[in-house]
Amino acid sequence: MTVTAEPTTTSTPEGTPSVPVTKSSDILEARQNDPTSTAPFQLVEENGNPTRAGDDLGIDLELAQQLHTDMVLARRLDHEALALQRQGELHLWVMSWGQEAAQVGSIRAFRDTDRVFPSYREHAVAMCRKIAPADILRQWRGAAHSGWDPKESNVHINSLVLGTQTLHATGYAAGVRLEGSDEVVVTYFGDGAASQGDVNEAFNWAAAGSLPIVFFCQNNQWAISTPTTTQMRTPLHVRAAGFGVAGYHVDGNDALAVHAVTQHATARVRSGEGPALIEAETYRLAGHSSSDDPKRYRTDEELSAWQAKDPITRLERLLRNAGVGERHFSDLEGRADTFAAEVREQCKSIHGDDLATVFEHTYAEPHPVMRSESSQYLARHDRTAG
Amino acid sequence: MGTKYALGAAINAGLRAAMTRDEKVIVMGEDIATLGGVFRVTDGLADDFGTDRVIDTPLAESGIVGTAIGLALRGYRPVCEIQFDGFVYPAFDQIVSQLAKMRARSQGRLSLPIVIRIPVGGGIGAVEHHSESNEAYFAHTAGLRVVSCSNPDDAFHMIQQAIQSDDPVVFYEPKRRYWDKAEVSDEPSRSLHEAAVLREGTDCTLVAHGPTVTTALDAAAAAHEDGFSVGVVDLRTISPLDAPTLRKVAAQSHRVVVVHEASTFLGIGAEIAATVTEECFYELEAPVLRVGAYNLPYPPAHMEDRFLPNVDRIIEAVDASLNY
Repeated sequence: MTVTAEPTTTSTPEGTPSVPVTKSSDILEARQNDPTSTAPFQLVEENGNPTRAGDDLGIDLELAQQLHTDMVLARRLDHEALALQRQGELHLWVMSWGQEAAQVGSIRAFRDTDRVFPSYREHAVAMCRKIAPADILRQWRGAAHSGWDPKESNVHINSLVLGTQTLHATGYAAGVRLEGSDEVVVTYFGDGAASQGDVNEAFNWAAAGSLPIVFFCQNNQWAISTPTTTQMRTPLHVRAAGFGVAGYHVDGNDALAVHAVTQHATARVRSGEGPALIEAETYRLAGHSSSDDPKRYRTDEELSAWQAKDPITRLERLLRNAGVGERHFSDLEGRADTFAAEVREQCKSIHGDDLATVFEHTYAEPHPVMRSESSQYLARHDRTAG
Repeated sequence: MGTKYALGAAINAGLRAAMTRDEKVIVMGEDIATLGGVFRVTDGLADDFGTDRVIDTPLAESGIVGTAIGLALRGYRPVCEIQFDGFVYPAFDQIVSQLAKMRARSQGRLSLPIVIRIPVGGGIGAVEHHSESNEAYFAHTAGLRVVSCSNPDDAFHMIQQAIQSDDPVVFYEPKRRYWDKAEVSDEPSRSLHEAAVLREGTDCTLVAHGPTVTTALDAAAAAHEDGFSVGVVDLRTISPLDAPTLRKVAAQSHRVVVVHEASTFLGIGAEIAATVTEECFYELEAPVLRVGAYNLPYPPAHMEDRFLPNVDRIIEAVDASLNY
């Protein structure tokens, strides 16, 4: 059994357009936009056992293994990157650990041709899109403001001003729509960004234009030191209905549930039903960044409670219970070690370009101030190799 | 072509020409499709190009610029209308942190060919937030280009040149001159970032842009009657400035007076004064003087005649320069 069966068309109440949906449709359809639904959708319990929905829909073990692999490698990147920051090799690092399921579960439900507009903590998403560690680390090493070419990875550069990327994604989706393409756009943001005007403008804009976009919120409970309770009264997945956006609420530490929900939302959006918002409840197990001290604002009890919900442990338990042999885990450990060495090596190979390149990149067309100031600069300094 | 156009109609014709030439050009803003814009600058475009390309947006300026960025990333060339100058501030972050910096932030990989049209300035007896001159904010930001048209011929050609630019351009339209009529030529007489010497002068040169160009020309004519040779430069481009033309007129007339509607404090006039002083110090007979609005929030309409630069204040500055 699988939750990723071929889309089928289910019968729907009269007057409601039928949409191609997955086998998980009945449960998810009922939950979508249900403001009374407070418990997030789950397929796997914290102890690794399938939930009732998990039993009903079935567990796709192959997918579970892939997501588990993605998560283990993503966490390894985080560990190495933080260590590299502590060693002075990176200026800053923003950890995504704890949030791996939300990231890999969602991105694996999109096509590679679907454009991603991340915030800045989506390293696991970047890895799933085959962005090299050096390109992920480049920005945090202070070598550049961005690491990769969006035209190659179909992942836009990081946006550090919160929520701004949701409008870029919305405009991009408007372009997709104008061309009649079946691409879907996804943008990632957090619970803190959900307070920004831009994010709310984007919800409204996308709904008004019925645009093909999925808004994916990783509600990691904390915006630096500000808890979600300070950010909002109405949970985000409930807020969606007010905008006319299909809202979903999922356990963001349950990679399979995130995948199922995202797949459902994406199919709906792709079929022209308008935008969807997924709120994934997760937790930032580390600080906001390598400069943050989370002990100043949250308790050890809270942290332990969430550590017990660790998305990687959960999937590992599921896989072991399902009889996946030690081989998967030991192979993966070996792979993660190799990857870690690669991360360290690639990090140290990153060298920033010379300031002269910024004069070249600020404008597309010739500009007299760039010309005169870059010659002044070059008269003072030798251009260093990139 | 010899046809006379009002300035607003000339922009309309320019938009039409750009949209005909390139199907990736789209126009978006508040009330611009069905209504044709509050100043009717986009009148009839929706009929001719359809509402896929002439888009009435939600009333959200950050959204207008933010989604235009997304459309540009998708390969479009959006032309955004901000309804009034004082309404641009909700979009400030999207313009300054996103639009202006995206190319540098992406190491030159991403270009955003977006034009932001802003009806600018006072003189129409408007309510608050409808009469501001905010060009200095944007001119201060690397990554943006800022231009200001003063007459129908420039309006027609400059809007097309701005749309053709691969860089983001903030395009100022002098709202109180929208109905001024003049002939529009078939071909542009100069590139987007060149100033125009509208009147040669040997005693002093007035440097103005947008709505104050006409005022400067009136002042120069008045000075001429008094026996002084006062030139007028229409700046046209605020960022980058056309420094060679400024140098030329400073060397020719030895005195420069800058005129603009924005407050003088840290306005464009300050940059022009610094540029001219740095580059033509020994040519000058007097310091560069500035005529602008007082450093106040834009006042209620019944006070604006005393707030804005007029012919008398320009003449006063010319006198001060000549008598220095």
